[in-house]
Amino acid sequence: MRLLDSLQFRIGAFFQRDQMNAEMDEELRSHMEHRADDLERNGMARFDAERRARIEFGGREKYKEEIHQAFGGNMIETFVQDLRFSLRQLRKSPGFTIASVLTLMLAIAANAVVFGLMDGLILRPLNVPQSESLYGTHYGDNPAWQSYPNYLDLRDRNRSFEGLAAFNFALGVGLDTGKDAIVSNGFATSGNYFDVLRVQPYLGRFFHAADEHGPKSAPYIVLTYAYWHTRFQDDRGIAGRTVQLNKHPYTIIGVAPPGFQGTLMFVSPDFFMPIVNQEELGGGNPNDRSNTGGVFEAFGHLKPGVTPAQAVADVDSVSAYLEKAYPKDVPHHSTELGREGLTSFTSGVRAFVSGLMLLAILILLAACANLGSLFAARAADRSREVALRLALGSSRVRILRQLLTEAVLISLAGGAAGVLGSVMLLRRLSVWQPIPGAPVHLPVSPNPELYWFALALALVSGFLFGIVPVRQVMRTNPYEIVKAGSSARLGRRITLRDVLLIVQISICAVLVTSSMVAVRGLVSSLHSNFGFEPRNTMLAAVNLAIAGYTGDKVPAMQRRMIDAMQTIHGVEAAGMVNSYPPLVYTAGTRASVFKHDATDLKPASAAISPYRYDISPGYFEAAGTSLLAGRSLSWHDDKNAPAVAVINRNFAEKIFGSVTNAVGRVFRLQDGTNVEVVGVVENGKYQVLTEDQQPAMFLPFVLSPVSSAYLVVRINPKSGRDPQQIASAMRSKIGELDAGLPVDTQTWSTLLQTVLFPSQVATMALGVMGLMGAMLSVTGIFGMAAYSVSKRLRELGIRMALGAKRREVLQAALGRPLKLLALGSAAGLVLGLLATKVLAFIVYQATPRDPLVLAGVVFAMLLLGLLATWIPAQRALAVNPLTLLREE
Amino acid sequence: MRREQICQEIRFLLDSLGERAYFPNQFRGDVLTDMAQLLPGTLDLLILRAVSLGPLHGYGILLRIGQISDNALLIEQGALYPGLFRLVKQGLLKSNWGTSENNRRAKFYELTVTGRKRLQEETESWNRLAGAIAAALSQQPEEV
Repeated sequence: MRLLDSLQFRIGAFFQRDQMNAEMDEELRSHMEHRADDLERNGMARFDAERRARIEFGGREKYKEEIHQAFGGNMIETFVQDLRFSLRQLRKSPGFTIASVLTLMLAIAANAVVFGLMDGLILRPLNVPQSESLYGTHYGDNPAWQSYPNYLDLRDRNRSFEGLAAFNFALGVGLDTGKDAIVSNGFATSGNYFDVLRVQPYLGRFFHAADEHGPKSAPYIVLTYAYWHTRFQDDRGIAGRTVQLNKHPYTIIGVAPPGFQGTLMFVSPDFFMPIVNQEELGGGNPNDRSNTGGVFEAFGHLKPGVTPAQAVADVDSVSAYLEKAYPKDVPHHSTELGREGLTSFTSGVRAFVSGLMLLAILILLAACANLGSLFAARAADRSREVALRLALGSSRVRILRQLLTEAVLISLAGGAAGVLGSVMLLRRLSVWQPIPGAPVHLPVSPNPELYWFALALALVSGFLFGIVPVRQVMRTNPYEIVKAGSSARLGRRITLRDVLLIVQISICAVLVTSSMVAVRGLVSSLHSNFGFEPRNTMLAAVNLAIAGYTGDKVPAMQRRMIDAMQTIHGVEAAGMVNSYPPLVYTAGTRASVFKHDATDLKPASAAISPYRYDISPGYFEAAGTSLLAGRSLSWHDDKNAPAVAVINRNFAEKIFGSVTNAVGRVFRLQDGTNVEVVGVVENGKYQVLTEDQQPAMFLPFVLSPVSSAYLVVRINPKSGRDPQQIASAMRSKIGELDAGLPVDTQTWSTLLQTVLFPSQVATMALGVMGLMGAMLSVTGIFGMAAYSVSKRLRELGIRMALGAKRREVLQAALGRPLKLLALGSAAGLVLGLLATKVLAFIVYQATPRDPLVLAGVVFAMLLLGLLATWIPAQRALAVNPLTLLREE
Repeated sequence: MRREQICQEIRFLLDSLGERAYFPNQFRGDVLTDMAQLLPGTLDLLILRAVSLGPLHGYGILLRIGQISDNALLIEQGALYPGLFRLVKQGLLKSNWGTSENNRRAKFYELTVTGRKRLQEETESWNRLAGAIAAALSQQPEEV
């Protein structure tokens, strides 16, 4: 009851405060007049009596404050007063306000963006219910490719999953709606895919396990929401429409819910179709146990009470059984279970995003240090005002509260602006397609948690830099300051402001170091030897299955296409490679190779496992791969001739001892065929840029034709034709051969983007962070230098009057900030070098002890220092001692 | 007129800054302020006592307290008012605007029924306390 009364009283007091104030004023005045009357009666003049009465009464404002406190009904009023006063103060110094808000906006925007990334990539990678218990099979850091029959056995024999689903890719499928045929990408999934995921359709229905009756049954597809929106214009009557996938009829039966984009991070497929049909779309035969590319990953929810460790043991035991039962077809792998959504990128992405978050927080700390020192300087400037307020009876707590209100106002403003900026950036990021032609997207989009996070950050940072002037205000002695003026204390001690500046500079140096290391790494990775020459090369992806070619028609048509390419004016050489060329989409298949007389052909006893490429004659010339010994493949190396191959230097040296020894030697493939080495080519990179030297072998494509292949065309630079012309010439030549064959042309450099993607993203992010760090440190040094110069203007004037030279004046004015800059840079450099261990994870060839990097950082910090102190230096030099001394 | 007012106000403010520096002892009244800090509620008790003898305005209460204590207890003038307002808020006093003996408008305070009861209780309790302390202080060493 007391509480209610008190509350009522407070609210009433708040609303009637004007009236109360007026009454209070009148009462106090009346008191003083009565006292004046008494004094007058004792013989004083009226004017003196009144004055004496006022003095005796004491500080009126102070007592009014105490009365207000006795009433207690003025919390809101005080707060509103603080707000209005702070706003006024901030408006009076617009430069300071804008600079602070901008600084904080940048820092909070950086943090919000990284948080969005973290949220989308690590915390909640999949938009499905109960994703915490969803686990998928991996082989260490590699995806768990296995055959479809293997998956079926795993599904039926395991005891830890509540249902195991699987999926594979269906890339480069021609989807013909009747009006147009466009190449699209999808997932081939097991029948129970949607049921295991517990997702409900947005429109129509999904296909289920019951619809599958073996290969080429269940001709249904499900569209993703985004694809339904872009390709079918939100047609609500979509269910039941038939389309053609690679000339096979399929019925669209439903649309997946918005936000659901399959079970693989970064990849957003266009549609889902049953995996039992994947053969007719270019995938292998699902019933073939030796087709280890049948299933990309199997996943499911763990049964309640089953731990991941138990599930791993279970899966391992099933795999062991399968290995024993099918020794030829099932390679040995030890399985791991990973959280669904991230397969081969897991550790890299996690490390990278965590590293980014750390850097972003560092930036925020640097910004707080910056603002803290600015605030402290400003509080020192206002020491007279603070002294006056203290003398008039304000409590120190009240003053601090008001300073804190200013700080929080600035941080809220900066936070709001930062969040807006970050939301825009995240939206742009989520629609960005980093790899042209591949359905890869960053699954980040702003959500409510982002706003809460930004608000919390803003408040915390506001408090952080708001409490910097606390010590100063608490120690203020009002009488001393009012008497002597607020002269800065000149001493050699290191003040809090100096420490803050050093912290800020070292953080900036760390950021600059990291970004330099990243840039260096990227540059050197671009110039490393790939084993082929990506410049002036055009690639054309042609999938003959789309146009219905099968069997022997495939290699025949492919030969015709290669010949056609060679007739184009400006083309130096043309060739072809099955599936994917090296370093494109990180797709590289390995094969098991044995000695020429080996009888045990199990993958576990392979002599070597090189990358295998099936190529046409002319490929090496087109790709720019140099031949080290022997000869390249020719059209005579076909099915009727003995099997031959070209191997790379690594293979030759590992198995045959040297390049020259290798030519003429024989090795055995897993199917028993003996292959003779006819040539050796240079080493190269095949799957990712960061791999060590790997063996590789190149076999004639006619021996194992595949309908999906890449034409490789080398443009003669002297011919004067540019890639666009060549590309359209290629398309028209193929169109002449078959009008219904879609061709996707890209330069090899563009397709290299996939492998460079992580490095590029890392470099870009680190570069941005480095830039922000640099800007922050420039602001910091500039602030301190300007402040120190302005405070010591009088002293500088005297020095100049006494005959100091320019250099001496500059030394006096800027000596301290520059010393702090040097200290901070040194500390930051050391920290940065230590921290680049983390960087080496993500950035290829990041060698922190690179002298170029060290020199670069030192140079950068020097430049920043110069930039920042330029204006204060000019001001110091332009000091006119006469005017200064006169003013003071 | 306005400028002169402002100048006066500033002068008064500055004067109050230096009030301790050049003010004679008589109205400094530090004594009771210190006492009020030592024993919270003592000031309130005195106010209630002063008002119990008849309704008074603020200045009058000040004078009355000085009177009934033979000028031994003097209060810093402004310190009275927070106490007065506190007592009004607690319902022990009630206030009314009226005219003083100098023909000026002033706010008069008088005891409420609760106030009178509280005064009686507090007086008894204070007397008990004072008696106990006096007894303790007057103990001879042998009697302990």
